[in-house]
Amino acid sequence: MSLTFRAGAATIALALLSALAGCVSQPKPLYHWTGYEEQVYEHFKNEKGPHEQIAALEASLQQARARDEIPAPGFHAHLGMLYAEVGKADQVRQQFETEKTLFPESAAYMDFLMRNFER
Amino acid sequence: MTSNIGLRTLLVLAALGLLGGCATPTPYDYTAFERSNPASILVLPPVNRSPDIKASYSVLSQVTYPLAEAGYYVLPVAVVDETFKQNGLMNADEMHMAPPAKLREIFGADAALYIEITRYGSSYKVLTSEVAVEAHGKLIDLRSGQLLWEGRALASSAENQNQSSGGLVGMLITAAVNQIVNTLSDRGHEIAGITSRRLLSAGIPNGILSGPRSPHYQSRLAGR
Repeated sequence: MSLTFRAGAATIALALLSALAGCVSQPKPLYHWTGYEEQVYEHFKNEKGPHEQIAALEASLQQARARDEIPAPGFHAHLGMLYAEVGKADQVRQQFETEKTLFPESAAYMDFLMRNFER
Repeated sequence: MTSNIGLRTLLVLAALGLLGGCATPTPYDYTAFERSNPASILVLPPVNRSPDIKASYSVLSQVTYPLAEAGYYVLPVAVVDETFKQNGLMNADEMHMAPPAKLREIFGADAALYIEITRYGSSYKVLTSEVAVEAHGKLIDLRSGQLLWEGRALASSAENQNQSSGGLVGMLITAAVNQIVNTLSDRGHEIAGITSRRLLSAGIPNGILSGPRSPHYQSRLAGR
């Protein structure tokens, strides 16, 4: 008797806890954020070279693909700028185009960047 | 009799006035914001009024998260900074002076966010060492030049710091150690991230409105 009662109480307690956790938990972010803001800060601090920053962002992209998440706004454009620093022209264009596809709001600026990069 | 009614009306009005006085700060007037309905935001490198030269880039690298999660397209902050520099605008003060129409032409953004950092970093205050970051932001429509929203936010490491016992000497040592820890571990950058989220998140009192990419956007439009 007391055993079933205890089990029942435990179930209720668990249900209550999960309900509480449900209230507290944050909604899932709209985008994949790993690495982007960190690498933007690294770029500004200028302590590490572009190759290291590119590696970190490419690793984050793999993770985003695996989780089927969209990289943060600006992610691909930032990566494109880093590729420009190391002289990988085809990668620059590809990254700017991807930013444009994911976020049509960026079209005017991405076109501006590509025009300037080609000059 | 008529004068009695008049008196009553007056009393009711006075009571209403009192109630009005008790009510929390007047809600923000979002008329211009709603009319402008921006989808993309250009964040200019913040003007720094604190003594710490890291402040501007520390804050700038952490503004994208709250704004993008609020439903806006945020232009790539570091690429934007680079574009300004290639066009001869080398510091934030100069960038903030650029005409909105010119910004619109180059970046194609609907609105621009102008941030001013008024406090950044640690200060040793005899018994506590506090790291605080305070910033003010103004959202301007780049098509009309109109002010859409402005706000201010502060975050401080002292918010959760309990005064530990251990006497005066103990407290002085704690403060000195905190100062070193705060400086070494880039505490300012962490606190700046909190300030940025407090300043630029949607769904908080007097905060920015949800943008077109937010799941709350449709309900915002329906609710007005």
